[in-house]
Amino acid sequence: MVIKLNFAALKQTRWHEYAVRFILGGLITAVTGWLAERFGPVFGGLFLAFPAIFPASATLLEKHEREKKRKAGIPFTVRGRLSAALDARGAVMGSMGALVFAFLLVKLLRQVNAWLSLSLATAAWLAISAGLWYLRKHHPWARPRSG
Amino acid sequence: MSQLVVRFLLGGTIVSLFALLGDLLRPKGFAGLFAAAPSVALTTLALTTFAHGALWACVEARSMIAGEVALAAYAIGCVYFLGVRRSRTAPTSLAMLALWGTVAFGLYTALLR
Repeated sequence: MVIKLNFAALKQTRWHEYAVRFILGGLITAVTGWLAERFGPVFGGLFLAFPAIFPASATLLEKHEREKKRKAGIPFTVRGRLSAALDARGAVMGSMGALVFAFLLVKLLRQVNAWLSLSLATAAWLAISAGLWYLRKHHPWARPRSG
Repeated sequence: MSQLVVRFLLGGTIVSLFALLGDLLRPKGFAGLFAAAPSVALTTLALTTFAHGALWACVEARSMIAGEVALAAYAIGCVYFLGVRRSRTAPTSLAMLALWGTVAFGLYTALLR
């Protein structure tokens, strides 16, 4: 399975859908900062992993799949929900990688400068998440046509 | 106030970039990894280190571990209800936020407070 960029996907997303993600992402970042200032970093840190944009992204994914099927003459389909479930399965692996991201930052931030710590932790997040995805994909128990 | 505006603009930009990558990448299962990308954490921890120092950011990162366990529970719940029960996406993904809250605040109360 080759990982590739599909630029045609950009045409499916409308400008207001990008705007919604920008506003939600901005809001959760601002609110997380405010919570840490108001209630302290122990409480505020919880919200660094708040699934702020997943509901919006998954809903868009379902909508796009439904529109695609409707254009093909299929009025009702659960394919959109299955696509959203696939996205959520990826999020499970992404959150495992993000656990390592957070562990590394706890260790690194006091020892090396912030930019290096954040870069190393991000690289670790990508490596762990992609590694888990690859393992699941190539596991002998994996179903042949699953994403 | 200005710090909140900077957080909003930078957070919105980084979150949108990760979401855009998730849109572009195929297969979809791989793109899903970006649904749990630490985009809010990257922005927040970079700004926090600048404003309050590394120790404050370390404490936030430690709490983030509990948040990530809650995020994994949230995503597993979504996989079950969307993939197995075939529930509608919007209500399911919003209702599952209650699970995130329960796990996150449970861990906060039991281990972090």
